[in-house]
Amino acid sequence: MGMLKIENLSAEIDGKTILNGISLEVPAGEIHAVMGPNGSGKSTLSYVLAGREGYEVTGGSATFHGQDLLALDPEERAAAGLFLAFQYPVELPGVGNANFLRTALNAIRKTRGEPELDAMQFLKIARERMKALSMPEDMLKRGVNVGFSGGEKKRNEVLQMALLRPQLAILDETDSGLDIDALKIVADGVNAQRAPDFSALIITHYQRLLDYIIPDRVHVLVKGRIVKSGGPELAHALEKEGYASVQEAA
Amino acid sequence: MPAVNETIEAVQSVTDSGYKWGFETDIEMEFAPKGLNEDIVRFISKKKNEPEWLLEWRLRAFALWQTMEEPRWSAVKYNPIDYQDAYYYAAPKQGPKSLEEVDPELLRTYEKLGIPLREQEVLAGVEGAGSAADARMPIAVDAVFDSVSVATSYKARLEKEGIIFCSISEAVQTHPELVRKYLGSVVPQGDNFFAALNCAVFTDGSFVYVPKGVRCPMELSTYFRINAKSTGQFERTLIIADEGSTVSYLEGCTAPMRDENQLHAAVVELVALDDASIKYSTVQNWYPGDANGKGGIYNFVTKRAACRGKRSKVSWTQVETGSAITWKYPSCILQGDDSVGEFYSVAIANNWQQADTGTKMIHLGARTKSTIVSKGISAGQGQNTYRGLVRIGPRASGARNFTQCDSLLIGDKCGAHTVPYIENRCLTAKVEHEATTSRIAEDQLFYCRQRGLSQEEAVGMIVNGFCREVLKELPMEFAVEAQKLLQISLEGSVG
Ligand SMILES: Nc1ncnc2c1ncn2[C@@H]1O[C@H](COP(=O)(O)OP(=O)(O)O)[C@@H](O)[C@H]1O
Ligand SMILES: [Mg+2]
Repeated sequence: MGMLKIENLSAEIDGKTILNGISLEVPAGEIHAVMGPNGSGKSTLSYVLAGREGYEVTGGSATFHGQDLLALDPEERAAAGLFLAFQYPVELPGVGNANFLRTALNAIRKTRGEPELDAMQFLKIARERMKALSMPEDMLKRGVNVGFSGGEKKRNEVLQMALLRPQLAILDETDSGLDIDALKIVADGVNAQRAPDFSALIITHYQRLLDYIIPDRVHVLVKGRIVKSGGPELAHALEKEGYASVQEAA
Repeated sequence: MPAVNETIEAVQSVTDSGYKWGFETDIEMEFAPKGLNEDIVRFISKKKNEPEWLLEWRLRAFALWQTMEEPRWSAVKYNPIDYQDAYYYAAPKQGPKSLEEVDPELLRTYEKLGIPLREQEVLAGVEGAGSAADARMPIAVDAVFDSVSVATSYKARLEKEGIIFCSISEAVQTHPELVRKYLGSVVPQGDNFFAALNCAVFTDGSFVYVPKGVRCPMELSTYFRINAKSTGQFERTLIIADEGSTVSYLEGCTAPMRDENQLHAAVVELVALDDASIKYSTVQNWYPGDANGKGGIYNFVTKRAACRGKRSKVSWTQVETGSAITWKYPSCILQGDDSVGEFYSVAIANNWQQADTGTKMIHLGARTKSTIVSKGISAGQGQNTYRGLVRIGPRASGARNFTQCDSLLIGDKCGAHTVPYIENRCLTAKVEHEATTSRIAEDQLFYCRQRGLSQEEAVGMIVNGFCREVLKELPMEFAVEAQKLLQISLEGSVG
């Protein structure tokens, strides 16, 4: 069964249509890539799925494990196992990263009926995960994303994914702005999540990341519509020929 | 911004029912006749068995008050207060007694409020066996219920160190020389309208004296509770830190939910001598009124510290979440050379609350230093004003002040105002002022909610982050409480 099933989904912002009838299905255990030129609606798709305000769904549906995703509040979607790694992670001045991560983890654990973690238990887990992502420990003490470099912000997103263990991760251009070493670390972080009950939607502008995270399927999004789907080889073709060829199809 | 609107609604719905301290205690009370005149002043003084000099002191204040007018310079707006339509003395029939004899109904009240009145048998090995979990630092509490102090804990233990911690009524009886010397020495009777009123009719409050060279071994705290209807509370607190001593003091306050406005006009005086240091923290949670602006406490308070001694230090930290109106400017008169004044403040104005608060730092001595950090949060229709004065006298060579005023707005019907007054009469002094105004951004809320936090938790988290520099000044035991309180007060105001 499809873990995430999007059917003919349309959405607009301020009366402007951005998503124009998207259909997409990500079965459990699969990783799909969504590629497309700037402004094609990739981030909009991720926000609509995560439930951000200001986006009006004008048609179609999105279900998660058969449950109507669009009817849920953002935090309910998070509790159901949906995670979004933001293209532009948000700064929370004065909010300690450790405090934020633990509060988030405990909020999710609570909905799963798992006991909350105290500060010591949390630190132990966080340190392990951070080590795997080559993150310095002092990032726990700093304000959430405040003064983080671009790469640190992205790693902090992957850290949150690793801690929250979602069933569906949407990674919105988590690769952009990363050097090759950081890219590998991030890819390892995602690959480590691979499991029969884990799916991911990897939004990327470049094929580069897909050398390290081999997707099961690749979809091309142009002007708010999926214009082409295929296997991993599609990403390579796009890299070579650019979006011009598919753009005409849109 | 739909997210913010929704949050505001959510906060409002919580605020309506969210004041968890709004219950009333049913206990036999004794009142003075309603109204205010010389006889009432005499009545209060007699009730407290005061010496003649204090009665005269009160009467002088009352005479002054009658010639004065309510101040109008602040930004707060309210209907005229009818000073004749209130009780100026309300006390549980059963007078103050030792802890063991306190009316169980009162003990239950404080238990319900989460105030530890009973002395814990903690500090394993010292005073009986306590489990490790209980081995927290004890906190000495003076509990003031309407007009009187009903109990003070850990007195005996503090007396061993020579520290006096008791109600001011008791201090008048047991240490009249100290009270007489310092009462009114920082805030004179005619200082302002509300202070004069307080001098005339003050009923109870706390008294602290820390002798030379003594570090107070535990937090001292006073818990103020207004319970009776149509009653004003006029508390008076006096803290004296003798040379080289240190003390940390905390006050908390709550009141039942009532449709009427109740007046609270306190005076707090602090005196720090050479090398002494006083840390004074307030968590003010008087009933703020309902979501439509009905009821709530009018909080008109004069708080002032005299840093008389060289290298003395006074630090005010306040978390002001309650009251319909807050009018208070905890100040420092930096007389002693190298003395230090600090003011850390969080003030919330949600729904129809109005806060006009800030500080005065009066630099008189050389190399005096002051720091002001003010965090104002406005939500609903709330109006929040920071009003601060930094005055540097001609003798204050090398004096320094740093002021930071940050405002956070939630929604678009509230307001934030910053009114700094700077008077510098010394060429070598340095004064810096920074101010920012921001809104809780929709993307911050969404980011938190995407991680599983509810709207309320997200608001609480962002607001607590905004206030971090102030909250970290609070004693540990209270910082956590204050954080929760901020979230509750804003549940609905998108903090
Ligand atoms: N808040 C907004 N208001 C108006 N237009 C927007 C808003 N956000 C995005 N858009 C528009 O929607 C289109 C898709 O944007 P986006 O989803 O960010 O694309 P991508 O992530 O693929 O680069 C763009 O034309 C962009 O300008
Ligand atoms: Mg994008």
